[in-house]
Amino acid sequence: MAHYYLRRTARVFITVFLVASLSFGLIRLLPGGPFTLLRANLLRQGVPASEVDARIANLQNIQPDAPLWRQYLDYMSAAAQGDFGTSISLDEPVAQIIAEAVPWTVFIVLVSTVLIFVFGILLGAIQAYWEGSRFDQLVSGVSITLMSIPFYVVAVLALFVFAYQFGWFPTAGTVGPTVDPGLTPEFVISALNHAALPIFSYTITGIGGQALAMRGNSIQVLGNDYVEVARLRGLSDRRIATRYVARNAILPLYTGFLLLLGFRLGGTVILEQIFSYPGLGYYMWSALESNDYPLMMGTFLVITVALVIGVYIADLTYGIIDPRISRGETDAY
Amino acid sequence: MPTESDDSETVSWQSGSGVSADVTRGERLSEFFEERVRKPAFVAWADRRTRVGLLILSVYIGMAVVAVFDLYRAPSTNQAPQLVGPFESWGHPLGTTMSGVDLLSLIVHSTPDILLMIVAGSVWATGVAVLVGTLAGYKGGTVDRVLMSISDVVMAIPGLPLVIILAVTFNPQNPIVLGILININYWAGLGRSLRSQVLTIREDSYVEASRAMGVGTPRIIAKDIVPNLMPYVTVNFVFAARYVVFASIGLFFLGVLPYSVQNWGVTLNYAYSGGALFTWEAAHWLIFPMIAIMGLSLALILLGQGMDRVFNPRVRTRLAESSESTRTADDATEGY
Repeated sequence: MAHYYLRRTARVFITVFLVASLSFGLIRLLPGGPFTLLRANLLRQGVPASEVDARIANLQNIQPDAPLWRQYLDYMSAAAQGDFGTSISLDEPVAQIIAEAVPWTVFIVLVSTVLIFVFGILLGAIQAYWEGSRFDQLVSGVSITLMSIPFYVVAVLALFVFAYQFGWFPTAGTVGPTVDPGLTPEFVISALNHAALPIFSYTITGIGGQALAMRGNSIQVLGNDYVEVARLRGLSDRRIATRYVARNAILPLYTGFLLLLGFRLGGTVILEQIFSYPGLGYYMWSALESNDYPLMMGTFLVITVALVIGVYIADLTYGIIDPRISRGETDAY
Repeated sequence: MPTESDDSETVSWQSGSGVSADVTRGERLSEFFEERVRKPAFVAWADRRTRVGLLILSVYIGMAVVAVFDLYRAPSTNQAPQLVGPFESWGHPLGTTMSGVDLLSLIVHSTPDILLMIVAGSVWATGVAVLVGTLAGYKGGTVDRVLMSISDVVMAIPGLPLVIILAVTFNPQNPIVLGILININYWAGLGRSLRSQVLTIREDSYVEASRAMGVGTPRIIAKDIVPNLMPYVTVNFVFAARYVVFASIGLFFLGVLPYSVQNWGVTLNYAYSGGALFTWEAAHWLIFPMIAIMGLSLALILLGQGMDRVFNPRVRTRLAESSESTRTADDATEGY
């Protein structure tokens, strides 16, 4: 088992390394190459032609005239130290922009994912127990309808109705402009107020799928012999529901959690743009709009790293939740 | 699910496929039709969700046909007065946009490319997933380890940001290429779950028999393993299609994907940046493309859920009964 943890940890680094290499390769493929546009921009800003190459090197950690392998080494070693160059459009270190953006994105993704799981599991479990009832049919119908609505549609509608028409929620930003950061009640309330609509749009569109999955799993578990045996043993309904049914029905959902996390992290590109919520996704989008390659690749790398770490944590904890797990190799045919 | 190799008493050991020598080609064909086409179709049609899903989907296919054969006027600017409200005139039933484009013609003429994109994306995703999943699951050992390591890495890259970067880099305009691009790393998760199914199938006696007879790996995979995976693959094909709808429209809406002709996402984008957010008068410009998106994804979800029932042996055997107990499809495909 220790061997497994070691391998699993190694894979985190390999994945991040490969994605960083991929981003290096993609920069080279970008239309007009990485430097053409930048060089034109710098010249237009009045930077002397002799200094342009040095400025580019400063911005992207890459010497434009160095051989490719040298550029690659420079890029990778800088990225390993958390240095993603300087944003062209915002004229700030990319690492600093990202450091300010990460907490907000993690906040939104984490809160909405936890809400989806709690509500989805509760609804699905109740449905399974009351299978075929009015409640079950109603919730199933609503779930399917909610599943068919993309979160950005809910986001645009919520922004239109609650922010622009009724004015209940702010239309942009993470906290009010007059609020000082810190753990004061005003700051927390303002942050929640700004995050309410993004979290709402993510959560409401995700609950349906989880509820349906939980319902299906629970019904399957309820049909198992060991549940019947537990009943015959005279165990209390409460104990059967929590220890026997819920536990076994939730386990398969736990692996889906990882993929869900990935979808949500990636989706912030759309979500945060709609709400002008300056998190990772928002900066990635604005970098795209302004051809700001260092910022674009920096956000891409950090979003990937966030997902890799999330999956890593979930993988490691899965063994604790489900002791049956075996990681045996299969025979080769 | 019954396969050709089930009737083991009459297996002719000379032929690798294990088909009885006494059965004529015609009988085999009719049995295949009975087992694989008629029965599933019957069960599918018995489910209300499949019926509704197919009905909605046929509306979209109808719209695509109308657009392809140019039976309805093509959208162009200033073909109508600006910002006509919906249901006000027969000429423009869904109203018009800020620049005087008829909304209905916009929506209709967006359909063919979107359907093409969906099919391309889901064929790619399920095709690669089946290839990787069966090969890794059946071969095991080093092949398994290598393929699964690759899948794990691919799975760890968040889909949308990767698609955005690739779209900016390669700037594809063709709907088929776009569909593949959007599902570029979708196969990884699906391939992994297919692998775990293959792991159980490969221990079945008929697979072992084929192996003992010296049948080659490609033939075993094609003849013995893939048919058993088909139910799961079909359901996930539909869910991959829904993912293409969600992701592509979202990215078009964001203005990230290149486009040559308008589609629902681009229309949403124009409406959003054209100020439809601030007034009720322009709300229809935003709402009708949204309805088009939701209708299509609803159809796909209903279809997926209904088909899941068809392939669920527990449900299939008690055809007529109205039990609701079905396993819902893999939650991996839910949202993003």
